[in-house]
Amino acid sequence: MVDFGYAPLEIKIHDLDKANLTLGEWIAERDETFKHCIACGCCTATCTAGKFTTFSFREMCHSIRRGELMEAITESEKCMLCGKCILACPRNVNTRNIVKLVRKANQNFRV
Amino acid sequence: MKYHPFVLPFSIGLAFVMLYIIGMWTFWIIRLSRREQKIVWKRLFSLRTIKAMWESMMEGLFHRKIFQKNPLLGYMHMSLAFGWFMLIVLGNLESRIYPHSNINPPYYPIFFEFFRHDLSPLREYEEIFTFLMDFFLFVVISGICLAFFKRMKSRILGMRKTTKHILIDRIALTSLWFIFPLRILAESVTAGLYNTGHFFTNFLGQQVIYNLPLDQLYYPSWWAYSFALGMFFVTLPFSRYMHIPAEILLIFLRKYGVKEKDTHSTFTKIEVSACSRCGICIDSCQLSTDLNINDTQPAYFIRDLRYNEPDERMRETCMMCMRCIEACPVGIEITAIRTNERKEHQLWGDKNYSYINGFSYPKAKVAFFAGCMGHLTPSVLKATLKLLDEAKVDYTFIDKDGSICCGRPLQMNGEVQAAKQLIDKNNTLILQSGAEMVVTTCPICAREFKQNYHLNIPVLHHSQFLLQLINEKKLKVNKSDLNIAYHDPCELSRGLGITQEPRELLGKAGNVVDSTKQTHNNSLCCGGSLGITNTNAEQKRTIAASTINQITNSETDVVATACPLCKKTFSAAQDEMPIKDISEILVKSLNEKSNSTLKQQKINEEIVTA
Repeated sequence: MVDFGYAPLEIKIHDLDKANLTLGEWIAERDETFKHCIACGCCTATCTAGKFTTFSFREMCHSIRRGELMEAITESEKCMLCGKCILACPRNVNTRNIVKLVRKANQNFRV
Repeated sequence: MKYHPFVLPFSIGLAFVMLYIIGMWTFWIIRLSRREQKIVWKRLFSLRTIKAMWESMMEGLFHRKIFQKNPLLGYMHMSLAFGWFMLIVLGNLESRIYPHSNINPPYYPIFFEFFRHDLSPLREYEEIFTFLMDFFLFVVISGICLAFFKRMKSRILGMRKTTKHILIDRIALTSLWFIFPLRILAESVTAGLYNTGHFFTNFLGQQVIYNLPLDQLYYPSWWAYSFALGMFFVTLPFSRYMHIPAEILLIFLRKYGVKEKDTHSTFTKIEVSACSRCGICIDSCQLSTDLNINDTQPAYFIRDLRYNEPDERMRETCMMCMRCIEACPVGIEITAIRTNERKEHQLWGDKNYSYINGFSYPKAKVAFFAGCMGHLTPSVLKATLKLLDEAKVDYTFIDKDGSICCGRPLQMNGEVQAAKQLIDKNNTLILQSGAEMVVTTCPICAREFKQNYHLNIPVLHHSQFLLQLINEKKLKVNKSDLNIAYHDPCELSRGLGITQEPRELLGKAGNVVDSTKQTHNNSLCCGGSLGITNTNAEQKRTIAASTINQITNSETDVVATACPLCKKTFSAAQDEMPIKDISEILVKSLNEKSNSTLKQQKINEEIVTA
């Protein structure tokens, strides 16, 4: 690699070749709308939980895509399943189902 | 004592089924909780027992609720149940009146004509008994014919779909269907030989099958009849026909006040056994009518629960709209059972809502809670607040800075432990407000507050509260000539039983026109239900569009609903019909000037499009 004299911070690097992308694939298999997300943030803007904490469905999806499974799972536990995000989503992502799938993956993983 | 070996299949079957039923009843009653047993004992000698007896007769013999759905379908069930019952009763009476037969073995009245060919000792009763027996046999066989047609073409009997049965049900069903034709055969053969029948069996025996070798048919026909009976009795406990004994017990227990609890209990087992898988729930389910999902309805879900575990798809694919409960002729608490089943599979991670804290709102007489969906529909929120201000209500907006979810969506998905945390948070907020009542615009929240919060103060949906304000003359609205179709939200109508207040309220602002029977407790679901997670947006829109289609007609100017979630779902599905919350319509009618704005707007739009 060319040495530019500067480099990204080690912790900021997401190596997608090494990342664990299985969760994303597992979810997309069960709910293909997961792939439709364009990360516009409408869900985050309307989120009940997001009003009080840093929870964001959009970020949770990012984490899954980056293979940061623990982050995604911890985030998913904050959701109240109230369903506002579904109504706000312009891409018709079935957000509640995806949150439930993440939680279920967590449960299966622990068992 | 009269005896012939052909009675054995019947007698063995009868003994088995009787022992099984008594055994199961005893087992169920013993396994009820202490508290339930106590209330049953306490109320055993009261009016409730008589009421329960009356209801078991009306439902068990006459199938009143099925009659209400479709008279022909009701007749089909009644002819079988009541007809058969009368045959048993009359057969018993006949055998008792017959001289020298005070102590009879149980098979004797059933096969009476086999043992007694000369009915003249019945004297003046002979005519009436033979007539009645033939008459009820005719009634029963007409029911069997209808049942047969129903399997071929269910629409004739007002059912869009019939249940797909499993093997044991098919065996039991077939033996049940065979019982009566075989009985007719046996009795006709006997009547042909010995003139023991009346207009029906005598006619068949002497005019139709008279040239068959009746002598040789005599024994085989009675054997076949006995065998069909025995077969039905042996399969009964393991098939859907277990609903017959289970439903009787269920009716009694329900009258004594036993209900579904927070978890599966013995009562659930009784309810599950009392399901006859008649399939009426399939017809009422919008997943079936609109989305063609025909295999997760209560008939199948409960069947799976009875024989094994329902799988995930079965458990999750339900909008929890409760239409099936309204339709169910047995009145099984299906949604409660499904919720409990979901609870058993709840996904409990480290859900922690401790991030919610630090609220303080001023105290007031009325605590107003907009809820998540209220916040998502600012027009509803604004309109309601304007009405409250107009009526000078002393209220405090307890979720002004973002609502904490009431917990119902979690609850419906079985995550009770997570919901408990939210319930506690909201409870604190309500208590802090020092309010005398809670008012919310969201029926989902209203139901959760009422049923799971254990508040000491009344919880009112805004339609109830606004009606109160108008009746107390604190609010003044003007009637317009707007034609309003009112959509009953599931949680408000079936969940809380509130169907009149919203209509009365809307009646003050316009004309409420119901253009379908699917209103009040039979109202349709908008499809946006939070009880289901595995329908996609397209499917939701299909349901919503179909519902709008059914509740409106060409005269309708506006669809009014009392639930912000319904409003959102409907608005997303179509844009021809304006969807308004009750509060929005009331705000419009507050003063004369804006009275007919909606109608005017519509006319203007029409002119433009024309």
